[in-house]
Parts: sequence; structure tokens; C-alpha cells
Amino acid sequence: MATTVRFRVNDVEHVHAGDPAMPLLWYLRDHAGLTGTKFGCGIGACGACTVHVEGAAQRSCMTPVASVAGRNVTTIEGLAQGDTLHPVQAAWIEEDVPQCGYCQAGQIMAAIDLLRRVPKPTDADIATITNLCRCGTYPRIRAAIRRAAAAMPVTEREA
Amino acid sequence: VIAGALTRRQFMQVSLTAAGALLADLRLPAFAASVPAGMRTGVDLGVFVRVEPDGRVVIGARGCEIGQGVKTSLPMLIAEDMDVPWSQVAVEQLPYGLLPDATAEGGLKPKYGPQGAGGSTSISDGWSELRQAGAQLRYMFVQAAAATWGADAAALTTREGRVLHPDGRTLGYGELAERAARIAPPAEALPLKARTQYTVIGTPVRVADARDIVTGHARYGIDATLPGALVAVIARCPWIDGEVGRVDDAAARAIPGVRDVVLVPGPKAGEPFARNLAAGVAVVADDTWAALRGRDALVVDWRKGPWADASSADLERRAHAAFDASGTIVRSDGDYEVARASAAHVVEQRYVVPFLAHATMEPQHATVEVRNGRARLVGSLQSPGGASRMISAMTGIPRLDIDIELTRAGGGFGRRLANDFVAEVVLVAQAVQAPVKVVWTREDDMRHDWYRPFGVHALSASLDASGRVTGWAHRTAATSRKYREADMAEADDWIGCADPDNFPAGGVANYLNEWRSVEFGLARGWWRAPLHTFSAFAVQSFTDEVAHAAGQDPVAFRLALLGEPRELDYRDHGGPKFHTGRLADVLKAAARRIGWGRAVAPGRGLGIACHFTFGGYTAHAMEVEVGAGGTLRIARCVCVTDVGEVVNPLGVEAQMMGGTIDGLSTALGLEITVEGGRVVQGNFMDYPLMRMQDAPDVEVEILRTDHAPCGAGEMGIPSAAPALANAIYAATGKRLRKLPLRAQLTT
Repeated sequence: MATTVRFRVNDVEHVHAGDPAMPLLWYLRDHAGLTGTKFGCGIGACGACTVHVEGAAQRSCMTPVASVAGRNVTTIEGLAQGDTLHPVQAAWIEEDVPQCGYCQAGQIMAAIDLLRRVPKPTDADIATITNLCRCGTYPRIRAAIRRAAAAMPVTEREA
Repeated sequence: VIAGALTRRQFMQVSLTAAGALLADLRLPAFAASVPAGMRTGVDLGVFVRVEPDGRVVIGARGCEIGQGVKTSLPMLIAEDMDVPWSQVAVEQLPYGLLPDATAEGGLKPKYGPQGAGGSTSISDGWSELRQAGAQLRYMFVQAAAATWGADAAALTTREGRVLHPDGRTLGYGELAERAARIAPPAEALPLKARTQYTVIGTPVRVADARDIVTGHARYGIDATLPGALVAVIARCPWIDGEVGRVDDAAARAIPGVRDVVLVPGPKAGEPFARNLAAGVAVVADDTWAALRGRDALVVDWRKGPWADASSADLERRAHAAFDASGTIVRSDGDYEVARASAAHVVEQRYVVPFLAHATMEPQHATVEVRNGRARLVGSLQSPGGASRMISAMTGIPRLDIDIELTRAGGGFGRRLANDFVAEVVLVAQAVQAPVKVVWTREDDMRHDWYRPFGVHALSASLDASGRVTGWAHRTAATSRKYREADMAEADDWIGCADPDNFPAGGVANYLNEWRSVEFGLARGWWRAPLHTFSAFAVQSFTDEVAHAAGQDPVAFRLALLGEPRELDYRDHGGPKFHTGRLADVLKAAARRIGWGRAVAPGRGLGIACHFTFGGYTAHAMEVEVGAGGTLRIARCVCVTDVGEVVNPLGVEAQMMGGTIDGLSTALGLEITVEGGRVVQGNFMDYPLMRMQDAPDVEVEILRTDHAPCGAGEMGIPSAAPALANAIYAATGKRLRKLPLRAQLTT
């Protein structure tokens, strides 16, 4: 229990001295004040808690803090550069995706990860995103991903 | 803040902030004459509008935003008649508001008007009152400009947040704010803009909070905390009406961060569900993870209670058996039995619909502080008034001393119309004498819900030799929606389960609607478009079956049953009238859009259905493909709606799209079942909401009509499931009469 875990969240150094088995989700929400990452199921089934660890999507409810020691975590709050939104965020607004909006942080993190791996995704590629949306915004999510794919220069996808 | 001297008839209290902004706190009487027929007349309401010196207008949003879009659409109504462009508007969430009023029931009246979210009523409630509020503000700016210029107010006009003089001079609302604050508001209702003058209503407006949502800064109830608040999770008795027996909390208390373990009393068996739903043991900790670990470490012996042997299989048997005995007649036109006795052909089928959980993406939660004779609540709510009453009843604190902050809610779907989660957090906060946030896990949420009722629907139709419908009976045996409610009247416990004025009632000479209540212990509640989700499935599936039995085209058959365009009496929400012509119009439009009647490839089929609810008319048409092994693909999905005048077409489209997918998701995969007295399903693995790969694009067509606006939150669901089942029948010849459908496709 006396271990400390050091890692970076959105380019800020964090030190966690509590239970190393604590899911990253609860560290972010309860201790780092980053509540944009949402709790939905606790078993990795819904994707509302999706963050990036070293740029790859990961479900933070199933990610012990200890497992991100020395690594870079990006949350929804870390995507925009100042006032400039990430192209996926901008596409989400343009297509008016959110209804309740609760799952959308996870959806955006999953979409960015998809575009990193597959710059010009087909509908079948988009269908590999397994995040749940209870409001049923899937058609507009598809439209926003297509829009973002068209708008993004390849270099931004590595961000 | 400089207090304004403008208290004429106390309609409006206007003040200036030190920074020169105008603050208008309107208290308008109900302008009954301006409320369209069939709508509720409003209560006194106040609307918070702030005009900044630079002309930006901050409009307060009074409703609970649960994803239905009221944080955008209601401020649009004010902006329209205030005549400000949406680009100059910022929206701020208002808290729940009450004012003392000696003449009102309970000595209180709503400060901002209706703030709850339920029944798709926000738009119809706000349509006249909020627009009137905007018109009154516009009047004050015109008067202020007239005074500034020494001009005749009647000669002045407004445009995009500015007052225009005939000679070309203009003044912005921001420049006029200080002077406008000294103008007495009008004593009578002002005329509202004509439809041809709209600049905001009917234009596509994006979600007001979009930027905050996509950057992670939007605040939901579960994100909130209060200074010094502890976090609690509760181990609730998994058996209905069970109790807490022996508790060993030693291991739980040994978890670092756990502060306390307290008992949470539940309802007594059989008594009304006035507060929380289940007895339990709360683990109170410094953070969520410690509370969760503490709960895992609890050892609790539960006492199972009176429903320990309950099961869904037994319930279904009893529901079918209920038809052997007579039922309560809810509606009877002509004589169905006479029609049946003389029929050339009778069609009879039963449809089974399961319990459903709401499964809001954001689980239930609430944070409360009770201290020094005051209380403060923050959480995702649908009924803040109910929450206020709940806290007052439990603490004795007067409602005016209870502050309730409203946040965005991660979905509602009717779950948050109950305030059991508020009762729970109050119980825990009282026990530990500290501010507390109670967080529900997904399993807590799915197993302690107010479920959509289970029911079996037995439908019969009698046909004459020419295939004309002479009689129609709809008999329902279901777990009553009104179950263990404090104000429940036993005699009308069919309300929320039987739908006596639904199509084809009024169109068939001999029509019978009967009700049988089946006992079961699970709590029941309102689930988005409540009874319509199952009555539409039963009626619109059966209509398809009768059409086929009569050798008639399902669209032509429905149109014949609807008959001449006319108004029929309709007693449920959305009444008092139901217009057959409007339902026929959406049906015809959906048929046209899908290409009804065309030949489709083998393995494919077209299905259609329509339904009226909450004042809105919707039809769905689908083309499905069922492959080998029962794999289903929805190749096309059309949704046509008439919700009257449209405030925000982007919002209505979103509600129809989302409602359709909700309807399909539910019809295909979702049910709550009970075995051994416990809810079986616990998380999304066994309550499989539709995912991206199965979600079709939805072709939404909004019929632009001049009818009174009615909201759009619930109309997108009901006809989706029967259109799907009818399309599956057309593709496969297999008629599925039990929800959910997916497992039956492969057998």
C-alpha cells in the first residue's frame, strides 16, 4: 500500500499514493478533478470511461492506476489546444451529436483512436466501436467520424 | 446590485447589476387567452434573462435537461419574441425555484414555471408563456428607445437585438439595458410574432451545451460534489421487500478510507413506495473506490421477504391464466361479443412484453447536505419538485430552505421521475451527520429500478365475409403500472397499462378494451413513452396480422380503419382529441418514402406501423434482411413524424432518430426477468443495448404542420418495434409476438 505511482495526465505530472489497484477512472474523477471521463458500467462494457494511454483507447474503469505508471494518459479535457478544438470534437458539434451527452466523451476518445489506426474508416470500421449510447446517437456519430476523417490532415491523427 | 423601482403589479422585477447589465426576473400571470386550446394553462412563472451591455443575452433554462433538448429549445422561445438572434444568446441553467404565495396550495408557487421532465410537455407548457416573456422584454426595449429618441413607440420596430427608428437610427438592446430597466412592463398580454416573422423558431439550432460536452466540462449530477462530502455506496437487499439481517462490517471498516457503515431502512412489505425502494447497508468513505471496496467486504445475511419464490416464468403463466376469468371493462363500444358471434372470420393472438429497466447511461446518484435547518441537493433529476417535497418530508425543513441545483442528466427515460435515490442519500446523510454523495453502480441501478410493466395482450378481431372489421377486442393482463403508490386508486389501476382510446378505437363499431391486474412485487414506473411502447407493439403487430388474414394490404387496411380525417376523443396525455387524418398522413408518407408495395429481394421484407401519443403522430417503415441463421440487418429505416409546429428541427430529428434506435434496441434485445425473487440482469452484458454495428441510419421526415407544438421526446419510440416485427414477418413468414425478438430469430 505504501507504493506511489507516477504518471502524466494531459501533460501534467500526477502522483498517486493510495491503493494502486484503484481504477484510473476513480482516480481521475475523485482525485484529479477530471470528471469528463464518465462512469457507466464498471466492467468495460459501455466505454463511457474511455481514455487514451500512450495514445491508445483504454477503458479506465478496468485500468488499475498502477498499470499506467510512467505512462501518458489523455482524457477528454486534454484534447483541445487552448481554444482550438480537436477536429473530432469540432465534428461532433457540427453534426450536433450529443443528446444527453453523457457517453460522448468516451465516444470521442474511441473515435480518435479509430482514426489514428484507420484514417479513412468505412462504416464497417466505424462499427467496430463498441461504446454504448443510450440516446441512440449512432447515426450522427457515424456522420461526425466521416466529417472528422475528411477534415483531418494525417499529422493531426498522431496527436 | 441596484434594486429596480419597477414593481408595477409585481409582474416583473428588473434590476441593474453594477456592471450595467439588465436583470429581468419576470413573474407573469397565466395568459389563458393566449394558450392554444388543448394545452395546459400555465402557472405564474418567472423567467431569468440577463442583457449584457454588449448586447449579449443570457437566457435562463428552467427545465431538467435529460437529453431531450429543453436547455436549447425553451430559451429559443424567449429569444424569438424578444427578437434577438440566437448567435447573441448564451444559455445558463436555472436552479429549481419556489416562491412564497399565500394564495397557492402549500403556500408556494413555482418561481420559473414547470421544471420537471416528463410526458413531452416542456414545449407545450412553454410555448405561450416563454414567448410572452420574450415579447414583454422586447416591449421594454422599444419603450426605452422611444424615450431615448423622443419618438412614438408605435413607429419603432426591432430586428436582431436592436430597436430601429424609421429614419435609420438604431439602438442595441445592450445600449438600452439601463433605460429599459426603468420601463414599466405591460399589464396585458402582448401579441406574439406571426409564423412568417420567425427568425429562431423553426431554424436548426445545435445543442446549447455542445462545446462543454465535447470538451468534458459539462456538469452532470454524478460529477458534482459538496464541500466535505463523503461518498457512499449501498448494498441493497436483492430480494423484493427483503430485510437486512445480521451484518458483519469489520472487514469493510478495515478498508482504508472507509469512515462508517450505516443501515438504510427500506419500505415495509406491501406499503407504498414513498421513499427508497430497498433496505440496505451503506458504506461511507472518503472516495468512491474505498466505498466500493468496503461494500465488497461486507457480509450481510438478507431476509428474503414475501417474494422470494417469484419468477418471470410463473408471472407469465399467471397472466395468461388471468384471461380465463372476467376482466374490468375499460371501454366498450357497441357489443364485441355479438360481432364476434356473427363473424365470418375471427383472428386472435397474444403478445407478450417484458419488464424493462431504464438503464440511463449515468447511473442514479445524489449529493445532499442537511445542516443548520437548510438542505442542499445536487443531482441529475427529472422531478426537482418531487425531490424538494421528499427532502422536506424527511427532514422537516421548509421547502423554501431547500436549495436544488439542476445539472445536465445522463439520460432520464422516466427513471428519475421517482426520487428514491434522493430519499436514500438523505437517510445516509442523516445517519452520518455529514454531506454525502451516494453513487449507484450499474448493477445497483438495473436491479433497483421502477420497471416498465410486464404484460400479455390478447387481441381479437372479427371480420365479415368481405373482410371488413366488425369488432375488435384488446384485453390486457399486466402488472399494474400504479403499484404501491400512496395516491393510488384501486379502481383505475389500468392507467399506465391499458390504452382504450388507441387506434382502432372509434373506427370500429364494436370495440372492447378490458383490463386484468396480475400481482407481482417489482416496483413499476414510467418508461419513456410509457404504455405506448407495448400497446403500439401489440396493436400494430395485430393489425398487420388481421390485414394479412383478410387478404388486404397492411397500409390500405390501416387507412380504412382510420377512415375519414376527423377528431376522436382521446383521454390520455396528448388529448383531448386524436386526429385520424394526421395519423393517416404520417403513415402514407412513410409508405411513400420506403417504396411500399415494391418487390424486394429474397430474404428481405418491408414492415410498417404508426401510432399516436402525447399529441404527436409517428410512423415507421423498415426494410429488413434476415439471413441464414437468423442474422438480422435493418437495411432501411424510415421515421415520419408530425409533432405540430417545430421549434428546433435539429432537435426533433435527434429525438426521432434516437427514439427509433431506442425502440429497436429494446425490441431486439432487452428484458428484465426475475428468478428466485431476484432480478437476473445486472449490467450491459446481459442487458445488451444496441451498439453501433446494429444501429441503422434513420431517415427522419418531419411533416411541417401548423398544429400546436407538442414536444418530441417520446413519439419516436412506439411504432419502431411493430414496424420491425412486421418487416421480419414479411421477410421470413415468421410472426414474432413476444419481446424481445433477437433470440427468436435464431430458433
